[in-house]
Amino acid sequence: MNSVHDIGGMDGFGPIQREADEPVFHEPWESRVFGMFITRAGLPPAAGFDAARHRLERLDPIKYLSSSYYERWLAGLESALIGTGTLSRDEIEARMAQFAADPELPMPRREDPAQAERLVNVFSAGRAESQRQIRQKARFALGDKIVTRNLNPHGHTRLPRYTRGKPGVIVAHHGAHVFPDTNAHGLGENPQHLYTVRIAMRELWGGDAEPNESVLIDLWESYLEKDKAAGKSRVQKAMPAAKKAVAKSSARAAKMPARAASSKRSLAKPLPSVTVTSPLAQKSGRGTGSAPASRGGGAKSKGGRATSGRGSTGRGRISGKPMRRSR
Amino acid sequence: MSDKESEQSGHHPRPLSAAALRAKAIESLLVEKGLLASDAIDRVVEIYEKDVGPLNGAKVVARAWCDPGYKRRLLEDGTAAVAELGFGGLQGAHLVVVENTPKVHNVVCCTLCSCYPWPVLGLPPTWYKSLPYRSRIVREPRAVLREFGLELPESVEIRVWDSSAEIRYMVLPERPAATADMSEAELASLVTRDSMIGVGRL
Repeated sequence: MNSVHDIGGMDGFGPIQREADEPVFHEPWESRVFGMFITRAGLPPAAGFDAARHRLERLDPIKYLSSSYYERWLAGLESALIGTGTLSRDEIEARMAQFAADPELPMPRREDPAQAERLVNVFSAGRAESQRQIRQKARFALGDKIVTRNLNPHGHTRLPRYTRGKPGVIVAHHGAHVFPDTNAHGLGENPQHLYTVRIAMRELWGGDAEPNESVLIDLWESYLEKDKAAGKSRVQKAMPAAKKAVAKSSARAAKMPARAASSKRSLAKPLPSVTVTSPLAQKSGRGTGSAPASRGGGAKSKGGRATSGRGSTGRGRISGKPMRRSR
Repeated sequence: MSDKESEQSGHHPRPLSAAALRAKAIESLLVEKGLLASDAIDRVVEIYEKDVGPLNGAKVVARAWCDPGYKRRLLEDGTAAVAELGFGGLQGAHLVVVENTPKVHNVVCCTLCSCYPWPVLGLPPTWYKSLPYRSRIVREPRAVLREFGLELPESVEIRVWDSSAEIRYMVLPERPAATADMSEAELASLVTRDSMIGVGRL
């Protein structure tokens, strides 16, 4: 959804405020909210954080922007508890009034050492895997030129606005991962191939971009389509438009050639190659070998799940295969 | 814990903020309904207050500097390599480590929320979760890094990793000069959290 959480590239938030020797939690309540939120206290277990993230996105925009990080988590926790009928707004407000009237009112405690032990194991050793095995082959290969689709769903998505409709290059394949856009809504995992896409900064911000930079972002296959214009020079495509603009506006004519020239220079300059190693891609498409996940070794399939057994060695591997040129 | 602290703080406890009141109300109601184990929350919080933090990542970095074989494994499969040192868990199921070099500087962010590699760096600092960092780092990383005191020439390529999926990224910073005779433990003590996010150098 196009809400205020999607702030990549927005102006106006000011300088970055840092705090020396910052504690993990600034107030005791933050740690309790953190604990309740990540253990899903009072809520049914959920697959991953997708639904929880979407709850935060759906907060009132003014509240989102004016809240601290853990205030957002608190609001998300509260809305989930009310939404599932676990707690009512009235009883929360009534209890708040009680604590406000008597701050020394003790917090009741309930001990459950077995649950505590189980949760500690989950958090310190568990792996909330989002990778899945799927039969469908990856549509894109490393080095493929793609364009991100201009998708504007009202629901959850992990395709930020600033990356939509942009040309990029596939630099890593991570196998198939649970699709947040459906999973967040309880509409199923629908795993899809996941790629790291590299987008040159000037494709994102045009002539205002800083030089020699790119954004690398993990995007699902259905966010992407083949770049049909790839191969043709974008410089050639861009230049006539720039010339037209110059001809059109004599007032701007003085500025335009300089801008067009600098644009040509930056577009023509290839970015250095990126080599990303994706162990995740190596894991997919491999058999159920029990060798440790080391160089070139097949990794164990997750949770004993049978892999597709295609055994397409090196599918999606990047190591030793640097990209020659990317935009 | 909030209840203990207010109990111990004497006769005039500080009035609780609205957020503290709300959190307290929710926790107490869940306890009364038998839906929350207080000790489970204590233990989980303790993990991130005491056990899991940037020291984990620093050990990983120092090992990679000292052991070329480990470094190779780390860059090939971050999750498996940090597990060799005993690190793993929530928000670290798929870890990718990216290497800074004299020519390439990597920096990590999450514009949509605040995804961060918890098992190796702990919970993120407030600035990482803040609106200014999330909005600006993908737009003007050089300007942002300058605010962190890091001035990079245009010849250094900057790669900004926007963590939009369940892959978590950590930066392997460059080993500082004149550290050839240092032990792995000494090297680990040099590694800062910011250098592993990519907003600092060593």
